[in-house]
Amino acid sequence: MAILAVRGLSFAIAGQTILENVTFELDRGEFVSLVGPNGAGKTTLLRCLALVHRNWQGEILWHGRAAKRASQREWARFVAYLPQEERVDIPYTVEDFVLMGRYPHGSPFSPPSPRDIEAVREALELTNTWNFRHRLVRTLSGGERQRVMLAAVLAQQTPVLLLDEATTFLDFRHREEVQHLLEKINTQRQVAILAVTHDINTAALFSRRILALRDGHIVFDGPPATFMQESILQEVFGFRPLLVDHPQACIPVIVPTRSGGEP
Amino acid sequence: MKPGRSTLTILVVGTLVVLAAAPLVGPRWIDPGMLWNGDNPLEARIFWDIRVPRVLVGFLAGMGLAVGGTAYQAMFRNPLASPFTLGLASGASLGAVLAIHLGWNKLLWGTPAVTVCALMGAGVTLVVVYGLTRLRAELSVATMLLAGVAMSFLNTSLILVLQYAVDPVRAFHAFRWMLGGLEGTLGYRDILWLGPVVLAGTFILWVLRRELNLLSLGDEWAAARGVSLRTVKTLILFVSGVMVAAIVAHCGPIGFVCLIAPHISRQLVGPQHTRLVPAAALLGGAFLVISDSVARTVLAPAEIPVGVITAILGGPFFLWLLLTRPLSWEWVP
Repeated sequence: MAILAVRGLSFAIAGQTILENVTFELDRGEFVSLVGPNGAGKTTLLRCLALVHRNWQGEILWHGRAAKRASQREWARFVAYLPQEERVDIPYTVEDFVLMGRYPHGSPFSPPSPRDIEAVREALELTNTWNFRHRLVRTLSGGERQRVMLAAVLAQQTPVLLLDEATTFLDFRHREEVQHLLEKINTQRQVAILAVTHDINTAALFSRRILALRDGHIVFDGPPATFMQESILQEVFGFRPLLVDHPQACIPVIVPTRSGGEP
Repeated sequence: MKPGRSTLTILVVGTLVVLAAAPLVGPRWIDPGMLWNGDNPLEARIFWDIRVPRVLVGFLAGMGLAVGGTAYQAMFRNPLASPFTLGLASGASLGAVLAIHLGWNKLLWGTPAVTVCALMGAGVTLVVVYGLTRLRAELSVATMLLAGVAMSFLNTSLILVLQYAVDPVRAFHAFRWMLGGLEGTLGYRDILWLGPVVLAGTFILWVLRRELNLLSLGDEWAAARGVSLRTVKTLILFVSGVMVAAIVAHCGPIGFVCLIAPHISRQLVGPQHTRLVPAAALLGGAFLVISDSVARTVLAPAEIPVGVITAILGGPFFLWLLLTRPLSWEWVP
């Protein structure tokens, strides 16, 4: 059964339509990649789903209950959202920062509960960041920082994770590490993940379903094997890619073309 | 590991020492031993009826200004934001200047008309800033800041017009009011209304410490963690605003406290508002009490307005901080 259902979602800022009639469902423990060209509305869609934007039209339902009726705090116990390239200028330590993810579970009149402490420890250990929990977030390298960001949303302990380009600025090794970490969370915890990415190849290899947005519309919703075809990629991105078969998985991947070369 | 806790203890002790010592200081120095033997009724009266209430009001004022500054700096994500940036000080000044020029020196509800008008001036400014911000769909802090700056300019221009147009004696009175001072505090009546406002405001902002932590990371991050942006921002705007308006209405616009105290506090206890709010409260209070002690002592029997002292101490101190270490927002221990 779908834990998150989106029906006819439309959103406009200052009269400009960003999303139009977006409809899809997310099942428990699903790993879905959300792809599309720049400006397609991917980040806006995540923001609507995280209720960062609240003035959209249409329906967002969790277990059949309307999101608009939920308070921000209730929603944050259901959906955790990792914004894109969020800078942390303020000298918070990793531990303090991750503990802030427990906000929707806490109360202003009690100190962090044993459950909060446990959730933070678990998130830090899972993301392999426990060893530098006393360091300042902004002194971390890109790879460490991104794992800390993930730890903060994991500490929120929600059944749904929304990730906006969680691996974009990482090198190969760290990208793979984070990707495997996400896979682990997805399979072990049955956490549904909706991840925005520009890395189509990784999306095709790791996710079981791909959603593609173009100009605020969903133009593709299906398995990666169907998505990785010249015609469909051309339709989504307006660009004919060079595809080669992946040596391990039986799925084509995109390789960069040389200027002047074929195709 | 709580490095801020011992610092906070030291601050509490230091503040108590300042509070105990400050009433002894002034144009007439008081020997604490003489207070109790009953031989010096004059000294005892100066101490209990003038100095102690003045020190307490100074402490409350410094505390409220510092905590208000801390909250606004987190909400606006800007170490230079303060309730004064939103035009509250100029709004209060406009109200006060108007009352002085119209020659209202009656008591309204037991409070001087100038204070009541200053409170109304700041209140109107606060409501207009909020109203202008609400015109936009989202309660954006950038819009709020711009609305505040616009109101600040508007208020200041009206003050200039009034100051230019009227009787120079009254204009000087108004000018003197705008320098800020605590010499208007006589007896304990002012504490009865300023005390609850400042203590309640500080407490509410401390209750909102987790929201302040999240807001300082940005709206998107805060909303996604479950902070109801509209409610929390409105609450912070009005709680800090009302607290600062009450203080400014009573003491005049005393500058710099709401910038310096939070700034030093961040250096001492770090960015977590759990400790930052109490640290700023203590430091702001102690700073204003010390400044006021200097104000009534150095040129005795004349007094220097305390706003002049905080500016003289504050300006160069801020410059020194800026030149010697990175901005506190960027601060690494």
